[in-house]
Amino acid sequence: MTYPADLKYTSDHEWIQIDGATARVGITDYAQKQLGDVVYLELPQVGRTLKKGEVFGTIESVKAVSELYSPVDGEITEVHSALVQNPETVNKDPHGSWMIAMKVTGGQDALLDSAAYTELTK
Amino acid sequence: MVEFGGWDMPVEYSGIADEHMAVRTRAGLFDVSHMGEIEIAGADALKAVQHITSNDASRLALNQIQYSALTTPQGTFVDDVLTYKLADDHFMLVVNASNIVKDFHWIAEHVKEVGGDAAAVNTSSRYALLALQGPAARDILQSLTGVDLSGIKYYWFATGEVAGVRVTISRTGYTGEDGFEVFVPPNAAERVWDAILQAGKGAGLVPAGLGARDTLRLEAAMRLYGNDMDETTTVVEADLGWIVGWKKDEFLGSDVLKRQKAEGAPRKLAGFEMLERAIGRHGYDVYVDGARAGLVTSGTQTPFLKKAIGMAYLPPDRTAPGTEFEIDIRGRRARAAVVPMPFYKRQK
Repeated sequence: MTYPADLKYTSDHEWIQIDGATARVGITDYAQKQLGDVVYLELPQVGRTLKKGEVFGTIESVKAVSELYSPVDGEITEVHSALVQNPETVNKDPHGSWMIAMKVTGGQDALLDSAAYTELTK
Repeated sequence: MVEFGGWDMPVEYSGIADEHMAVRTRAGLFDVSHMGEIEIAGADALKAVQHITSNDASRLALNQIQYSALTTPQGTFVDDVLTYKLADDHFMLVVNASNIVKDFHWIAEHVKEVGGDAAAVNTSSRYALLALQGPAARDILQSLTGVDLSGIKYYWFATGEVAGVRVTISRTGYTGEDGFEVFVPPNAAERVWDAILQAGKGAGLVPAGLGARDTLRLEAAMRLYGNDMDETTTVVEADLGWIVGWKKDEFLGSDVLKRQKAEGAPRKLAGFEMLERAIGRHGYDVYVDGARAGLVTSGTQTPFLKKAIGMAYLPPDRTAPGTEFEIDIRGRRARAAVVPMPFYKRQK
């Protein structure tokens, strides 16, 4: 799997696609492989503000539970509720499975690019 | 790979759900060589086995197997075991990997206590163990052996050759499906593993790991030592009264078990199904009427039934099917209801 160049990444294995002041967030292919078959996804309410590194939800697979961390500072503007109904989509298309949309207010400087993240997961 | 009982074990090959479904619909091959074997031999071997295990080994015929418990004087589990009758004066206990050393010391000490002519030997290093499980298991294995497999009934075993290697073939498993466990000399294990995988290619056989073994055994409501029972839980509390020989002579812990059977135990293991989208996992607290009243021992989302199921210790008067309770899922209370076990039973 190659990590798309239009996304940024964190060492907690989230990806973020920033488009001006808004962004979408999901987990990486590496993360879904580590988790295995995803069965549940718990996401927050729209309007919640998040600090970079703050837990915004949980993802659960057959074998483990894992927390989801915000890659940046911001406010949640949208939650992908269709994904909550079909969480197994995360395994099939991790980089297309956005979980929350955010209005970014800061913290985007330390994100990793595709090359740096690829190196991290080697 | 993960470390399990001192062994490096594969958690999954193609994925837990994929392997689980293969075993339910076709076949899966597990390397369970980590399991231990302890043999008890001598003219008084039966007497010794009767003293240290809960089930009635005097009812075993030659080549027959029974599920049993290695008990403490408190009626709790040193381990859960399969007892194989190899000869009138020779039994083999198949024990859990993480308990081999503990079990062997326990057994050796208590066999000595019984006295007479009986001795225990840890023969774990003499066997690799391959488990071929699933509806296609018999046809796959039959293509590699001259032993008539349809002649081996559930919980019986035979000796013979598989792929030219001298083995013991046991019609047992930990998945709730039909299948076989094959005891192989370690130096021939790879050869037999490869031969079975090759023979099963056309039938959709896949290698399967620890992860699927756990979800499969849980659907079949088979207990896992260390999760569902241990040295703090009795055989009666684990709802395994059917592996106690109630009519046989005294054995370690028999007085406690008989008392609990007559007067009731403080808790009982029961099956549950989640009523909300959540998984109650090992170690999560159970709440009844708002008060902490028990513990989840196993729980998962099962790939075949597609439900979140599990087992929990509950107050015995709250174990009737349909009884609702709550599980603390990382700080949030989620509803669950008692359901009968097993969760899955194969079509015969």
